[in-house]
Amino acid sequence: MDFSFTEEQTLLRNSVQKYLADNYTFEHFKKISRTEPGWSQKDWKQFAELGLMAAPLPEAYGGLGGGPVDVMVVMEEFGKALVVEPYVSTVVVGGGFFNHGGSDAQKEEWLNKIAAGETVIAFAFAEPQGRFNFADLKTTAKKDGSGYTISGSKAVVLGAPWADALIVTARTAGGQRDAKGVSVFVVDKKAKGITTRDYPTVDGLHASEIAFENTPATLIGTADDGLKLIEQVTDEAIAAHASEAVGAMRVLVNATVEYSKTRKQFGVPIGKFQVLQHRMVDMFMNTEQSASITYMVTLKLGEGEVERKKAASAAKVQIGKAGRFVGQQAVQIHGGMGMTDELNVGHYFKRLTMLDTLYGNVDHHLKRYAELG
Amino acid sequence: MDVTFTPEEEAFRKEVQSFLAENLPKLGKTSRREFETKEDFLGWHRILAKKGWVAPHWPTQYGGTGWNVTQRYIYNEESARAEAPALLPFGLSMVGPVIFTYGNEEQKKKFLPRILSGEDWWCQGYSEPGAGSDLASLKTRAVREGDHYIVNGQKTWTTLAQYADWIFCLVRTNPDVKQQEGITFLLSDMKTPGITVKPIIVLDGAHEVNEVFFDNVKVPVENRVGEENKGWTYAKFLLVNERSGIAGVARSKKAIERLKEIARAETTDGKPLIATDEFSRKIAETEVELSALEYTELRTLAQESKGQMAGPESSILKIKGTEIQQRLTELVVEAVGYYAYPYDRFFGENEYVPGPDYAEAAAGNYFNMRKASIYGGSNEIQRGIIAKAVLGL
Ligand SMILES: Cc1cc2nc3c(=O)[nH]c(=O)nc-3n(C[C@H](O)[C@H](O)[C@H](O)COP(=O)(O)OP(=O)(O)OC[C@H]3O[C@@H](n4cnc5c(N)ncnc54)[C@H](O)[C@@H]3O)c2cc1C
Repeated sequence: MDFSFTEEQTLLRNSVQKYLADNYTFEHFKKISRTEPGWSQKDWKQFAELGLMAAPLPEAYGGLGGGPVDVMVVMEEFGKALVVEPYVSTVVVGGGFFNHGGSDAQKEEWLNKIAAGETVIAFAFAEPQGRFNFADLKTTAKKDGSGYTISGSKAVVLGAPWADALIVTARTAGGQRDAKGVSVFVVDKKAKGITTRDYPTVDGLHASEIAFENTPATLIGTADDGLKLIEQVTDEAIAAHASEAVGAMRVLVNATVEYSKTRKQFGVPIGKFQVLQHRMVDMFMNTEQSASITYMVTLKLGEGEVERKKAASAAKVQIGKAGRFVGQQAVQIHGGMGMTDELNVGHYFKRLTMLDTLYGNVDHHLKRYAELG
Repeated sequence: MDVTFTPEEEAFRKEVQSFLAENLPKLGKTSRREFETKEDFLGWHRILAKKGWVAPHWPTQYGGTGWNVTQRYIYNEESARAEAPALLPFGLSMVGPVIFTYGNEEQKKKFLPRILSGEDWWCQGYSEPGAGSDLASLKTRAVREGDHYIVNGQKTWTTLAQYADWIFCLVRTNPDVKQQEGITFLLSDMKTPGITVKPIIVLDGAHEVNEVFFDNVKVPVENRVGEENKGWTYAKFLLVNERSGIAGVARSKKAIERLKEIARAETTDGKPLIATDEFSRKIAETEVELSALEYTELRTLAQESKGQMAGPESSILKIKGTEIQQRLTELVVEAVGYYAYPYDRFFGENEYVPGPDYAEAAAGNYFNMRKASIYGGSNEIQRGIIAKAVLGL
C-alpha cells in the first residue's frame, strides 16, 4: 500500500504551485475572469511550457506518459487558485476522447496539439431536456459523403467561447433516449452553420449556447456506440474536477481556521467557540474524506467499467455534499465578510456549488451508484 | 383550541384578495431582478400607504390598521400568495416601532407619517467592522457639544444605504461604563456633512450593502430617541421585531409552489423531475418543516394576541425560517441543472438570459440567501439565546 507520489509527480506539483503562487493570485483570477476574453492565453501557454498539458498524455503523441495521477496533482493546485483556463475540457475530455476513441490519424493530429497547448477544446453535450443523461439527445448527425453533418443545439458549453474545436455528442440512430445510436464528433469551431451566444458563468468561467445547422463534423470512435466512450471520458473528467474541488475545499478550511483565530467577538477569537470548532472539524473531515475518494476514483479509472463508474459516482456524491457543506460553512463562519465579492471565500463557495452540477449532481450519482449494484 | 377562520375573517380574506387583484397589476414593471432600483421597493409601498395598509402592525393612532393578529396573518399570507413585493423593514418594522414606543411627540409627528408615505427611506446603522455578533462592543463615538452630538466612526453592512434619507444608529456616548450602558440611539439625516457611503458588492454581484463613515457629523440632540445611554434597551426591542420578521413563512410557502412548478417543468429521462422519488421527497421534507414552522408561528401569534410579547421564542422563527429559505433556494439550483450556470447580471435589462425564466438568478439567489443565517443575529447567536434564555443553560 502506497499513496506517495513519484519524483516526477512531486516536481510537477512544485512547479504548478510555484507558477500559480507567483502569477495566479486571487486578484489575477478576478481580473481575467471579468475582462474580455475571460481567460489568459499567457497563462495557458505557460501551463503548456510547464508540461501540464503533456503530463497525462501518451509519449507517442507528444505527451509525457503520465496519467490520471498527474491530472489529480495539477487539478488540486488549479482548484486552490480558482484557475479558469479550460484544462479539463481540453486535456482530459478532448485528450480522453481522442486517446480512447480516436483513430491513429486523429491521435496524431490532436494529441500532439493538445500536449503542446496549441488547441483549446470544449465539450458540447448538455441539452435542456436531457438534464444529466448523456443519451437524451435531440441533436442529430447524419452521414454526408465521407463525413457527417450535425444539427441541433447544446446548452452551457463551458469554455466554448475560447475553443478552437468542439467535441459534440449527437444521435445517429435510435430514439431520443436510447443508449444505442449515440455518437461523438469533433467539430471545427469556425465551421459553417455554427451560431454561439457567449456569456460568463456565476463561478467566473465562460460558456456558450451553441446551435448547429448542417455543420460538418468528424466522427470519433464507432458510430452509434459512443455512450460507453462518453462515460469513460466523463468519469475521468469527474476525477479531475474532484481534485479541483478538494483544492478549493482545502483553501476554505485553511482560510476559515485562520480567520477564526484572528476575528474577535465578545473579547475572544471566534475560534474559541466550541460550536464553531466542531463545525470546522466537520469541514476538515469532509475535506479529508473528499481527498480520499479522489484518490480512489483516480486509481480506479483504469479498472472495469462497473468499478470505474461506481468510483466516479461515489466521488461525485461525496464531493457534492462535502463541497456544499464546506462552502456554506466557510461563508457562515466568516460572517458578513463571507458574503462579499471582495473576499476570496465566496468565490470558492461558488465554484464548489457549480462543480456539484457539472456531469450530474449528488442525486443523479447516488442513483447511478445504487443502480450499479 | 381552534384554527379555523370565522366567517368575518373569511370575508376579510376576500377583501384582501380583491384589493391585491385590483392593485398589483397597477405596479409598473419592476427591473429584471425585482429589487434593484429605489422604485422597485417603493411602488407597492405607496399603493399600500394610500390604502392605509402599509403598517398593519402599528397602533391605529399612528396609522396602523387595527387588525387583530389573525387578520394580519391572513393579510401576510394573501400578499405572499399574490406575490406582492415585500416591503423594506427598516422604517416600517424597525425604527417606526422604536419611535412610537420610545420617541417623543415631536419625533412621532416628524418621522412616522414620512415612514408611512415612503418619503423617508431608512437604513440600519447597527453593525461595525469590529462589532457584529458582539453588537454591544460598538465604537462609533458620539460626544455631546451643546445641542448637538458630534459623531465619529464607521458602520458597515448597511443595507441599501445608497438610497437612504435617514439612518438610525447605535452610538457610544459613555465609554467608561459596562458596554450596554453607554449606548445611545440616534437618528441622522444622510445628507449631513461628514457622512460618506461606500458600496460593498455581495456574492451574487448585487450592491446590497455599504460601509457608512461618520466624520465629525453633527446630529441635533432632538434626534436622540429616548434617554442618553439607554439605547441598548431600544436596540434589543428592535432586534426581537427584526427576528420574527425574518421568518417569512408565507413567502416560503409561495416559494415551495414555485419550486414545484419548476420541478414539473424540468425533465429527467423524459419525465418531470417532480415525478422522481429523490426530488419529490426533498420538496416534501421542506414542506413538512415549513408546516411545523407555520404552526410555531401561529402559536407565537396567539400568545401575542393575548398580550404576551414575543420573547426568545422569536429566535426559533428566525433560525428555522432562514434555514427553510436557504434550503428552497438550494433546491431551485438543483432543479434547474446546467441553467444555474449563466451569470444573470451580465445580461442587459431586456436581453434574453439562456435557459428557462425560472432558472434566471437561481444560483444568485442561492448565494445571496446565505446572508439569512448571518444577519438579524446569526443563527449561532440565536441558538445561544435559546440555550440561555429558554433552556437556562
Ligand atoms: C447581506 C447583509 C445585510 C446586512 N444588513 C445590515 C444592516 O442593514 N444594518 C446592520 O447594522 N447590519 C447589517 N448586517 C450585519 C449583520 O447583522 C452582521 O453581519 C451579523 O451581526 C454578524 O456579524 P459579523 O458579520 O461581524 O460576523 P461575526 O460576528 O464576526 O461572526 C462570525 C461568525 O462567528 C459566529 N459567532 C460569533 N459569536 C459567536 C458566539 N458567541 N458563539 C458562536 N458563534 C459565534 C457567527 O455566528 C458567525 O458565524 C448585514 C449583514 C449582511 C450579510
